[in-house]
Amino acid sequence: MDLVVDGQNYVIDADPEMPLLWALRDLIGKTGPKFGCGIAACGACTVHIDGSPVRSCALAVGDVVGGITTIEGIGTGGKLHVVQQAWLDEQVAQCGYCQAGQIMTAVALLDEVADPTDDDIDNAMGGNLCRCGTYPKIRSAIKKAAAMKAAGN
Amino acid sequence: MASVGKIARRTFLVAAAAIAGGYAVGYYYYQKPYPNPLEDDLGEGEATFNPFVKIAADNTITIIAPRAEMGQGVSTTLATLVAEELDVTLDQIKVEHGPVSFAYYNSGLVEEGGPFAFFDESSTAQAVRSGFLVVGKLLGLQGTGGSSSMRDGYVKMRQAGAAARLMLIAAAAQKLGVAAGELETLNGTVLHKASARSVTYGEVAVLAATMAPPSEVKLKDKADWTLLGKPQKRLDMFAKVTGAPIYGIDVRLPDMLYGTVRMSPRFGAKPVDPDLAKAEKMPGVVKIVPLATGYGHGFGIIADNTWAAFKGAEAIVTTWDAPDYPLDSAAIDAALQQALGQKGSATRNDGDVDAAFAKAAPEKVIEGDYSVPFLAHTTMEPMNATAQFKDGALEIWCGNQSPTILRQRCASQLGIAQDKITVHTTFLGGGFGRRIEMDYAIYAAQMATETGGRPIKVTWTREEDTRHDAYRPAAVGKFRAQIGDDGMPVALDMKLASPSVTAGIMRRLFPAISPVGPDKFIVDGAFDQPYTIANYRVSAAEMPTTIPVGFWRSVGASVNGFFHEGFMDEIAVAGKIDPIALRKTLMADHPAAVKVVEKVAEMANWGEVLPKGKAKGMAFSLAFGSWVGEIVQVADTPAGIRIEKMWIAAEVGTALDADIIKAQMISAAIYGLSAAMGQEITFADGAVEQSNFHDYDAMRMFQCPTFEVAVLENFDRMGGVGEAGTPPAAPALANAIFALTGKRIRSLPLSKEVKFA
Repeated sequence: MDLVVDGQNYVIDADPEMPLLWALRDLIGKTGPKFGCGIAACGACTVHIDGSPVRSCALAVGDVVGGITTIEGIGTGGKLHVVQQAWLDEQVAQCGYCQAGQIMTAVALLDEVADPTDDDIDNAMGGNLCRCGTYPKIRSAIKKAAAMKAAGN
Repeated sequence: MASVGKIARRTFLVAAAAIAGGYAVGYYYYQKPYPNPLEDDLGEGEATFNPFVKIAADNTITIIAPRAEMGQGVSTTLATLVAEELDVTLDQIKVEHGPVSFAYYNSGLVEEGGPFAFFDESSTAQAVRSGFLVVGKLLGLQGTGGSSSMRDGYVKMRQAGAAARLMLIAAAAQKLGVAAGELETLNGTVLHKASARSVTYGEVAVLAATMAPPSEVKLKDKADWTLLGKPQKRLDMFAKVTGAPIYGIDVRLPDMLYGTVRMSPRFGAKPVDPDLAKAEKMPGVVKIVPLATGYGHGFGIIADNTWAAFKGAEAIVTTWDAPDYPLDSAAIDAALQQALGQKGSATRNDGDVDAAFAKAAPEKVIEGDYSVPFLAHTTMEPMNATAQFKDGALEIWCGNQSPTILRQRCASQLGIAQDKITVHTTFLGGGFGRRIEMDYAIYAAQMATETGGRPIKVTWTREEDTRHDAYRPAAVGKFRAQIGDDGMPVALDMKLASPSVTAGIMRRLFPAISPVGPDKFIVDGAFDQPYTIANYRVSAAEMPTTIPVGFWRSVGASVNGFFHEGFMDEIAVAGKIDPIALRKTLMADHPAAVKVVEKVAEMANWGEVLPKGKAKGMAFSLAFGSWVGEIVQVADTPAGIRIEKMWIAAEVGTALDADIIKAQMISAAIYGLSAAMGQEITFADGAVEQSNFHDYDAMRMFQCPTFEVAVLENFDRMGGVGEAGTPPAAPALANAIFALTGKRIRSLPLSKEVKFA
């Protein structure tokens, strides 16, 4: 089976029923996407397939069509993605375990909506659970990232 | 408040734990420092000064922050304590958790173990506190919990930095041939201004480490701090926004196998007639091994990858023996009510409660029956550990809240000596008390003995995690109050019943010792609140059970915050007194508490006329040495009740990093609100019914209120901040809902009575 992950080609030998998350973590060694629930209920495993956010714990690897991007592949040229930079500036993370998923969902939101309202943020981020309660900082980081993007960063 | 007999029993309990650990050998031992574990593993040209500091020749400065980093920011602030006195900047240092060692004992964990309120400064309370500090060192317990990391590290870590700095200056003086008094330090360098010469710490580190440590060090005055007391950028933030492999679940080792567990859903019960044939033939499954441990019985599934292990676990066919506790929630509730009917023992007994109620007019007495459910921790990172057993030695990698207990329990499980075990403590994807338990480590250690020396990473499913926790115990309370003619309470009687967290913890982590005496956790957050009421009694009875109960963020205060402050709101309503005014009057003996209440009221503009369909509620709690007032504003919307705003005022004594403290207050409040809104663990057929986030959810982004937090520094002793925001959250919300709807909800979760948007 062939997969393109963060711009690199991988050939893996996997049960097509295996969720993409476990193919990424155990077979390819991409540990950025996290295991949280296995039923697409927490968002910790969020990756992009051709730019759209998907819950990799509930998608069979055999059904993947398109290029996969993980948290490890969103920065360019050794530089953080603007959303990561906003997360860093706003000091969002506590335990940090859900944050790769939060960031991947936020990146997709900002690709679609340049200047999201609170409602847009609520709608987009509702599937990403955080047990440390970093939501207020996630909200401000998304707004900051939107402003940074608008300013051409 | 407490009799000497009770104190003696409880002190004995902790001292007994020390003896069982095999470390307590008398008073002289307390005076003697533990050996520095860093000496065993120094690089070429690297030197160590004490268990917290090592410096390499290239001036790489490593600070050991020996507490679990589970999101609360300890690694940053502990390192800042050392850096402040060592005179280095935070971008110059590397922070490591370090090895497992008694040298990293946490006295703060047990300092408040006596039956005294935090504000009790009587000589008995102070004597017991210093006694517990000694016990804390004797225990050698390296642990993270009880919001104790800063209180334990505040002096110790600064002394470590200051002592190392003096040794570096002494070495530089020798090298430069000048008097130490002519030298100063700046950012990792020793300077001799008169001759314009300097040496880096790294250049004199090896020589400095041979110098005699100073017998006394003078710590900087607070006014001279350059790092402490100011918000710092967290040192773990970059790794956490880039998806770096920093958690136990990310560990990858050469030739590693993967696994999971399928444990009995009935606690303590054994499998009956298991059929492993189908599971063993599942693709990718290597081997299925029985697990028999102090935590439970079941199977370990060893496989080529985690998914194969999960599928193998599902394919095991078995029934489980009957457990020795009531099978369902109704029967457990009955057992709780039975315990509540027993006399119990009083931890607070001011005035004469029985006499007061005997002569009280019935219309002046109010009563309330309260209850809260069992709760799971549901850390975002499901339980896991990676282990390798080779040549009789165990190496283990995982997030954990106590490496010394981990080593002890794994040694006991495998029947090997503790010095045959190496523990690597990773970052934790959430802790909240869950990772003081050792089940994940014990299972991985046992499974590692079945792999022919290959390492194995054992990851639990979310379902296994939710159904095999050490739960926040369910609790019930029966309360009554007598209201005086002025509307103020003249008598308050609180009777509580709950399973004992101490009994559970001792059974699992210190099985050689039987707990004695009443469990302080059942009354924490109720008996120790800074209210003065003429007749005031808090008593409790234990409901014995083998259902595992453990430390859940703020422990007993998570229960009693809701009970005490919900009922205090009822007292205010019955006496027609404003809840803020009521508290200011009852807390008049404690100015720090009054200031907190005044501050949060001012922030929330308490007393303003709100539009129809909006209301506020308040609650206060003193827990882990921090005094916290919270006000919640709710709104009635077509979709249900929306939590709009929350204001928090927190008195912490000394604020080492206000931004991290504010983040912890918000975090703890959301943790409490999540539970109050909808969380409940229930039982059927001896097993937990909930399994994943679809039936055990937490607050989501769209439910999250906006927050305003004020950090106060009026009290003379430092409080812990990781948990103190949780206890007032549930009652502030319930009291706001009462103000909004007129409905007094005395049982959690609130979702059984109202709908949330």
